[in-house]
Amino acid sequence: MGMTIAEKIIARASGNKVVKANDICTVELDLLMSNDGTTHITVDKYNALKHPRIADTSKLVWIVDHNLPSDSVKTAASHKKMRDFAKEHGITYYEGEGVCHQVMMEKHVCPGQLIFGADSHTCAYGALGAFGTGVGNTDYLYAMVTGTSWVLVPETLRFNLKGKLPEGVYARDLILTIIGMISANGANYKAMEFGGEGLASIDMAGRISICNLCVEAGAKTALMEVDETAMDYLREHGREPVECFAPDDDAVYAKVYDIDLSSIKPIVAKPHFVDNVVPAEEAFGTHIDEAFLGSCNNGRIEDLRIGAEILKGRKVNPDVRFLVVPSSRDVYKQAMREGLLEIFMEAGAIVMNPNCSVCWGACQGVIGEGETLISTGTRNFKGRCGHRESFVYLASAATVTASAIKGEIITADRL
Amino acid sequence: MGHTMIEKIIAHNVGREVNPGDIVTVDVDYVMLDDIMMPFIVSKFKEMGFTKVWDPEKVVIICDHLVPASQVDDTRAYHISCDFAAEQGIKNLHRSDGICHQLMTEAGYVKPGHVVFGTDSHTTTYGCVGAFSSGIGYTEMASILGTGQLWIRVPSTIKVNITGNMPSNVMSKDVILKVIGDLTAAGATYKALEFTGDTVENMSVSSRMTMTNMAIEAGAKCGLFAPDEKTAEYCDIELDDFQKNLKGDDDAVYERVINYKAEDFVPVMAVPSNVDHCVPISEIGDVKVDQVFLGSCTNGRLEDLMAAAEILKGKKIAPFVRFIVTPASRKVYTEALKNGTLDILLEAGADITHPSCGLCCGRTGGILTDGEVVVATNNRNFLGRMGTNKVNIYLASPRSAAMSALTGKISAAM
Amino acid sequence: MEKFTGKVWVMGDDIDTDIILPTEYLVFKTIDEMKPYAFSPLRQDIAKDIKPGDIIVAGNNFGCGSSREQAPEVVKALGVKCVIAKSFARIFFRNAINNGLLLIENENLADDVKEGDEITVTINEKIEYKDKEYPIVSLPDNLVEILDAGGLVKAMRRRNGIMD
Repeated sequence: MGMTIAEKIIARASGNKVVKANDICTVELDLLMSNDGTTHITVDKYNALKHPRIADTSKLVWIVDHNLPSDSVKTAASHKKMRDFAKEHGITYYEGEGVCHQVMMEKHVCPGQLIFGADSHTCAYGALGAFGTGVGNTDYLYAMVTGTSWVLVPETLRFNLKGKLPEGVYARDLILTIIGMISANGANYKAMEFGGEGLASIDMAGRISICNLCVEAGAKTALMEVDETAMDYLREHGREPVECFAPDDDAVYAKVYDIDLSSIKPIVAKPHFVDNVVPAEEAFGTHIDEAFLGSCNNGRIEDLRIGAEILKGRKVNPDVRFLVVPSSRDVYKQAMREGLLEIFMEAGAIVMNPNCSVCWGACQGVIGEGETLISTGTRNFKGRCGHRESFVYLASAATVTASAIKGEIITADRL
Repeated sequence: MGHTMIEKIIAHNVGREVNPGDIVTVDVDYVMLDDIMMPFIVSKFKEMGFTKVWDPEKVVIICDHLVPASQVDDTRAYHISCDFAAEQGIKNLHRSDGICHQLMTEAGYVKPGHVVFGTDSHTTTYGCVGAFSSGIGYTEMASILGTGQLWIRVPSTIKVNITGNMPSNVMSKDVILKVIGDLTAAGATYKALEFTGDTVENMSVSSRMTMTNMAIEAGAKCGLFAPDEKTAEYCDIELDDFQKNLKGDDDAVYERVINYKAEDFVPVMAVPSNVDHCVPISEIGDVKVDQVFLGSCTNGRLEDLMAAAEILKGKKIAPFVRFIVTPASRKVYTEALKNGTLDILLEAGADITHPSCGLCCGRTGGILTDGEVVVATNNRNFLGRMGTNKVNIYLASPRSAAMSALTGKISAAM
Repeated sequence: MEKFTGKVWVMGDDIDTDIILPTEYLVFKTIDEMKPYAFSPLRQDIAKDIKPGDIIVAGNNFGCGSSREQAPEVVKALGVKCVIAKSFARIFFRNAINNGLLLIENENLADDVKEGDEITVTINEKIEYKDKEYPIVSLPDNLVEILDAGGLVKAMRRRNGIMD
């Protein structure tokens, strides 16, 4: 019987020829990513062990991105703990390089790898055919000490994409539509696998955006077939694949969805759940106080180009705070060299250093009581981006930028 | 008998001769209100029974301390600022354009000879273009908003006269730190500082701004430079007769005159935790640096960023050192972007933030913890200003800050 | 002349406004919320221990630093009867008067007095500590007017025809 991509990666990582959904396997991990959201806790737990040791330091990647630059005494103390530990143990460490998942995609992730990240959006790595999954810091610590962990082989939902997204519709609209369709727990414990001829029309930025958001449907991981687009990205970043897996023709899926990309429309997720999606026009006219273009979901150069293109020759609405936060130092540099940052600054936007920013509700752009944010971030949970009584709408880079210009929710074609 | 600069400005304002110690009521040319004080200014204004500001065109509201918002309640001040501006017809509202003191001169508000008050102690900055400007509290600001006037005591003046050529590794920041060190933190309390001599005449307006900005750190009511051709160009005006003659008379009475030879200056830092603890960098010894902050109304201008870039070009900062760059304004950011300065800083490893007060006001932008050392180009190293009370803050010039980022320890610019 | 006795808290030179109230707490809505954090960089819990009627005695340049008026307001809110220092920073001085917080300049007391001891102040006249007397210089008239009105807000209310 055939295997899905998820099964093949777990088979490789567990040294088995064949695994199937619901097996429990002990796997050897390829990479272990952790960020400043929780690493200080991991360090404390590590130091409390009787005989602490790290199985393989070279597999650890630690990234400061959540509260950067440091926004409080508490943050400063946890950063210091993380930094000192990384320095002492020779752990690969980034601070100021960007949002963790973007940095991982740019510098570390390879097809075929099994990666734990102490962050739920680790499923982003599926865009390069790697099995990335989010874990808590205790699981992380176990993996850090032993180099291994156990995983339940997930069932897989298959998404066959065909056709092409219409002009003005983006991968972000696609994944929000899918989450709305299957609901916020529609992929609980499962893998979401994307393929089909339609995938070729989606660029890497879009693919990362899709995989990154799958956790919002509850998915354990997201996976895509590795094609030329993925290989080009990998080689441009100076890496070669570990092993590229495609699903077998007779792989067993929990469910198969056929999605016609040409049917997707601009979409908005309303407060306070990611699956609370409506066609964007149903939210038209909603007053906004702030707009956010950034995050591991939509802060890449492609997203900034979309925003800058719409903003060029226009001004940000004076009543809107428009935060533009490139997702990595490389993206920031590229945006600077292409003249995008100039467009944003001259239009009145607030351009920040690469970091999680208001997607994480800290450091920059924290919204106040009764305020409304339209965001390209990952989540719109109640209170996520600031005050308990505030409102977050999720949309594409284009819709967010258009709304920042208008001062209320609108799509770019209706400006 | 002759008069000092501050006496001339106040006399011009009140229309009669004045002398130190006189208590006079001045008509205010501009007021600067910053976001963090706005909730209190507005409530005091209403409590006083005022309904309309005396002149909306003379009121400038600037959001800079809490931009971008780092905590849940920060946007409250922003909304109060916007609402008050709308209610009072105040068009001079800056919501994310940079630091108040940078904008007051850069955006063309303050002119030589003006009398300006702001709800921030570093309002002394505008003396860089020959204006009398000083910091006040929110209650007095509320009263000016209602009346357009404020009482002041005419200060006596300390003249700081500097002649000669500064060594190339010395910046105006080193000069003002040395002056404050000599005067002490209270040495100019209630007094005006007047900077004269060919050394300061040769300085750019930006460099002068660094010095007037920090006049308050010696307790001064204001710091002043005589307006000249550079001032006129910076302000984009032709100096009128009053402005042309706006300098201390030869026979003016100064409380004290301090003379410096520019050649004697060396790179210095203010060591923890007082601004007047000025020490030559060569005497500080081996101190490891955790973070460097380049920014603020003191030293976040284009020439400051360029000075740092000159040192860092093609190089990388020391491992594990954070280098935070916060340009002083949107204009500074954009100019630094266009002339390649930001590119150099970014390649060197800097984190470049949006223009705002950032770390200098200690709310976000690189807060530190116990035992850490930060070299910063701003104006204060008070206990607890950038984190816990066990953070060690060294104030330095942009050049020395860049060199310290490069080496990872406290270093003077070459 | 008004006369009062209070317990003394002793502080050094250059007690700056970041010490009196760190920036972190400036955005709180009310002075009452800020109160527990007064002087916290200097001594973590001192705000809890300061009782209404207490007196702060400090060295030179008390209140130097920023123009934040929350600093004198929070000192007043703690119930501090007056601050006696060798000298005060300019902006702090104005702000304190405008809020009706009494400030007294005295060169010598800070060198003599011990924390926890009691002193007696007779306004515009003298301070008594143990068996020694320290003279007080009186304030200029325009400041006395503001103090008499009960602060600048009240003075302005009166000016605007609002009688309290």
